[in-house]
Amino acid sequence: MEEFAALVDALVYTTSRNAKLALIADYLRRTPDPDRGWALAALTEALDFPAVKAGTIRALMHERIDPVLWTLSRDFVGDTAETASLLWPDPPREAEPPPSLGETIALLRRMTRVSVMTDLPRLFDRLDSTGRYALIKLATGAMRIGISARLAKVAFAQAFAVPVEDVEEYWHGIDAPYQPLFDWAAHGRPPPDTENLPLFRPFMLAHPLEDGEELDLDDYVAEWKWDGIRVQLVHAGGETRVFSRSGDDISATFPEIAAALDIPAVLDGELLVRGSHQGGEAGGAASFNALQQRLGRKTVSKKMLADYPAFVRLYDALIVEGEDLRALPWAERRARLEVFANRLPQERFDLSAVVEAADFAALGTIRDSARDEAIEGLMLKRRDSPYVAGRKTGLWYKWKRDPLLIDCVLMYAQRGSGKRSSFYSDYTFGCWDGDPDQGAELLPVGKAYFGFTDEELKFLDRYVRTHTVNRFGPVRETDRSLVFEVAFDSVHASKRHKSGVAMRFPRISRIRIDKPAHEADRLDTLKALIRD
Amino acid sequence: MIADFGWIRPEPHGIHILPADSWIDPSRPVDRALVTHGHADHARGGHGTTVATPETLAIMKLRYFTDEGATPASYGETIALKGGVSATFIPAGHVLGSAQILLERAGERVIVTGDYKRRPDPTCPPFEVTPCDIFVTEATFGLPVFVHPPIEEEMAKLLQRLADNPERCVLVGAYALGKAQRVIAELRRAGHVAPIWLHGAMERMCRLYEEFGIGLGELRLVSDARKEDLRGGIVICPPSALNDRWSRRLPDPITAMASGWMRVRQRARQRNVELPLVISDHADWHELTRTIEEVNPAESWITHGREEALLRWCELNQRRARALALVGYEDEDD
Ligand SMILES: [Zn+2]
Ligand SMILES: [Zn+2]
Repeated sequence: MEEFAALVDALVYTTSRNAKLALIADYLRRTPDPDRGWALAALTEALDFPAVKAGTIRALMHERIDPVLWTLSRDFVGDTAETASLLWPDPPREAEPPPSLGETIALLRRMTRVSVMTDLPRLFDRLDSTGRYALIKLATGAMRIGISARLAKVAFAQAFAVPVEDVEEYWHGIDAPYQPLFDWAAHGRPPPDTENLPLFRPFMLAHPLEDGEELDLDDYVAEWKWDGIRVQLVHAGGETRVFSRSGDDISATFPEIAAALDIPAVLDGELLVRGSHQGGEAGGAASFNALQQRLGRKTVSKKMLADYPAFVRLYDALIVEGEDLRALPWAERRARLEVFANRLPQERFDLSAVVEAADFAALGTIRDSARDEAIEGLMLKRRDSPYVAGRKTGLWYKWKRDPLLIDCVLMYAQRGSGKRSSFYSDYTFGCWDGDPDQGAELLPVGKAYFGFTDEELKFLDRYVRTHTVNRFGPVRETDRSLVFEVAFDSVHASKRHKSGVAMRFPRISRIRIDKPAHEADRLDTLKALIRD
Repeated sequence: MIADFGWIRPEPHGIHILPADSWIDPSRPVDRALVTHGHADHARGGHGTTVATPETLAIMKLRYFTDEGATPASYGETIALKGGVSATFIPAGHVLGSAQILLERAGERVIVTGDYKRRPDPTCPPFEVTPCDIFVTEATFGLPVFVHPPIEEEMAKLLQRLADNPERCVLVGAYALGKAQRVIAELRRAGHVAPIWLHGAMERMCRLYEEFGIGLGELRLVSDARKEDLRGGIVICPPSALNDRWSRRLPDPITAMASGWMRVRQRARQRNVELPLVISDHADWHELTRTIEEVNPAESWITHGREEALLRWCELNQRRARALALVGYEDEDD
């Protein structure tokens, strides 16, 4: 527990992503099983101890300190866990030695709403204030030190020199303390068996096509790029899962999709809502706004299902009936997908059509004349490309319709003015100054307000409040987990900004809760759009 | 009985000693000022006469370039003021020259502490507990969350980090008067003999301490150094220079800050501090409450910080107390 507490403390005082990765990796290397697995779960907030609530901590403190002194202290410190860790009286001299992290978790799990009032103090007495701080953060499930699951996975990969794509793949379906993961990465045993588990496989991603760059259509095939959310459908071991881009399980949000696949397979496609309203083609896909109604819900009403029926437009097949197709060329996978799609209910599945064009110039014309709101642009895929995790140069390209759109990460939020004054509605967002997995940092590139509907405003305000890692007067720093799609008129070189660029009229065009932060755009993408 | 103390009155700009027509630590120029210590929020310039310890007067001369009207009062020396009031300067243990001021008139005793601490400090004599009727105490760290650890622990933390990172340097932000010299003196006490590097703004005050006989070992200026010289070294700068362009000349500095506020994580993070050192020249919660118990005054006047919590403590312990609303005292970077 002391080692874990020291790690939490060090992470609190570390702002650079690179340094955070190094701290976690170092901890994972030198800490024995199962503590390191528990630490990983704790950092990524994958643990839940229903007996311990913020109110539990307050109640315990009220038994030990005058409530006025407690409140004054709490208001000054700004954080219940930290206040309690500082105010807890020093342990009695003959206290038991500090527990290991594994022991701590076992004890926390055994606590009930009643026993917590005596068992938790006993645990506090075995720790110093740094230990108590980590314990309370762990027990109340509110670490909030800016460690995303992604960052933890990258740190794990760094610690044991294994590919992060493999970590992504094996991580899913294993519970804390992730023993099979450590057996494989740290002890050289075979990787966890994933065949009969409905696991997420990392997506294959595309590079943006640079302006003026042309591809030979003999080598590349064009497909529409749909403006929904990219999903992976997995049916294995009798279960179906729908995963978002970041690997989150969103099956509960789209039950009709999960119910429609009952053949073992792993498929890649775009989740869309059917309907010609809001600019969609007849009988086809509606705009992203329609889909937005369905996102982020844990349960779905019948009316929602009827008004906004979802379907998946298939792009690719990774695994079909136990056969892994990922090493095959795209053309062969496509042929298999076309056959396979016939076995799926048409109401829920169709194929993303291949776009035929005489040459590249003709393709450009087709791209520019596409009127459908649900089309974001074109995808260009090498006909012989295998399906590989991540973004490999030369294989897939995205050719967006409007080039002046960029995905940024929310960094800071501030209260708005006027009727927005009670909401965090002004945002500062940033782009990566390199590869985030290699320790790149976010640099602020612009500021804008957002929230045209009360729903959006409320959603963002709540998001900011629950993802705050730091406060500076009226400004909150967030854990850098939310992606915004930012539209802007132009971008210019600027010496006054640390990022070296200034955007003209940036505005947030939408919230990309489906997109993980590390996949937001890099500064170079923005700089490539400079025209002056 | 408190009603008898009409001769001393807390006003927004300082403590007014009416029959003597004098003020303690006034925040604007007055004819006659008594100054507890050299920190800028206590020792303003421009008074007609200034009564203070010789050390405090020297510090003020360094800052305001004049010692006009300076009237020295050594520790233990009693000075007669007008109106039958006398003043005695008693060590407060805060910084070089810092004093509590004991005021006496017709058998009534009032102590104004200025700032103080109870921990040993190699750069100034320790606080002396002195009985009085009214005890005017500071409360900068007047919240029970503030418990300063032993300074030896903080020094060990600093030296360990330095040893673990021989290619880097540790940059310590420390208030230029008092904190910086105490950190240096404690580093020497902990056995660190290597030269310590100073930001230019620190130099004159360190020299002044040395003139008063406080040995600080070998001090060098960062402006005279090459980047290579600073690797594995300790650099001391004012807190304002921590995240400043100035620090770019240093070899990959580990940012540290020596301050009582570092006890609270959020405060450390606001300054981008990687290595918080909880070192304060003010009394922590336990020192404040213990001091009130030991001095055992008829009434405590609480000023300069988080009065509310200490007031509450007095109430819970059946001690008479009131909060003073004095203006112009800032949270020093302590
Ligand atoms: Zn002071
Ligand atoms: Zn002060």
